[in-house]
Amino acid sequence: MQVLNFILVVFLVICALAAGHTKDLLSAVVIFASYSLVMAVLWLLLQSPDVALTEAAMGAGVTTIMFIAVISRTSRMEK
Amino acid sequence: MDDQIVRVVSRIIIPFIQVYGVFVVMHGHLSPGGGFPGGAILGASIILYTLAYGAEAGSQMISHSTSKWLESGAILLFVAVGLVGIAAGQSFLTNQAAGFSMGELGNILSAGFIPIITIAIGVKVASTMITLFHTMVDKEPH
Repeated sequence: MQVLNFILVVFLVICALAAGHTKDLLSAVVIFASYSLVMAVLWLLLQSPDVALTEAAMGAGVTTIMFIAVISRTSRMEK
Repeated sequence: MDDQIVRVVSRIIIPFIQVYGVFVVMHGHLSPGGGFPGGAILGASIILYTLAYGAEAGSQMISHSTSKWLESGAILLFVAVGLVGIAAGQSFLTNQAAGFSMGELGNILSAGFIPIITIAIGVKVASTMITLFHTMVDKEPH
C-alpha cells in the first residue's frame, strides 16, 4: 500500500507539472483530467470516499467538459 | 459530433448513469455522496446526451426555462425546509434539536428533513451544470 501511494503521488506531481508546461491547451486539459482521477484514488486511500466521489464527478468529469467547451470557443494553442 | 458509435453507446449507458446519480442523492444522509456529487453525476449524464446528439436535442430535452425554474425552485425548497428549524424554536437548518430523528443505517426514510435537503441540492447542482454547459455551447449569446 505504501508503494502504491508513493507511485500515485509521483504521478500526481508529474501530471501537475506537465499540465502547466504544455503549450497545447487540449493536451493540458486531458493531463488535468488524469491528475483529477489520480487525486480521486488518493482521496480514497486517505479514507475520504465522500471527497473522492466529488473529485471523480467534478474534477474528472464536469470540469474537463467545461474546459473543452471553452477551448472550442477560443483558440487551442497557447499564445 | 455525428458519430453512430457514440450515439448508441451513450443511449445505452445514460440510464445507468442516471440511476447511479439518483442512488447517490437518495443515500446522501447515510453513505458517502450526497447532493453535490449526485447532482454532478446527474448533470453529467445530460451533458453526455448533449455531446452525443448535439446542442439542439440537448436544449430540447431540458430547455433553458425548465432548468431555470428547477434551479430557483430547488434552492427555494432548501431555504423553506431550513426555516422549519426556526419555526420549531431552534436555529436555521436545525434537525436533531428540533425533534427530528437522526439517520439510521439502512433506513432511507430517517434523519428528519435531511433527505429532502439532499434531494433539493441534487436538483439544484444538476440543473446548474446543465445550464452552464448549454450556455457555453450555444451559438448565440443570451
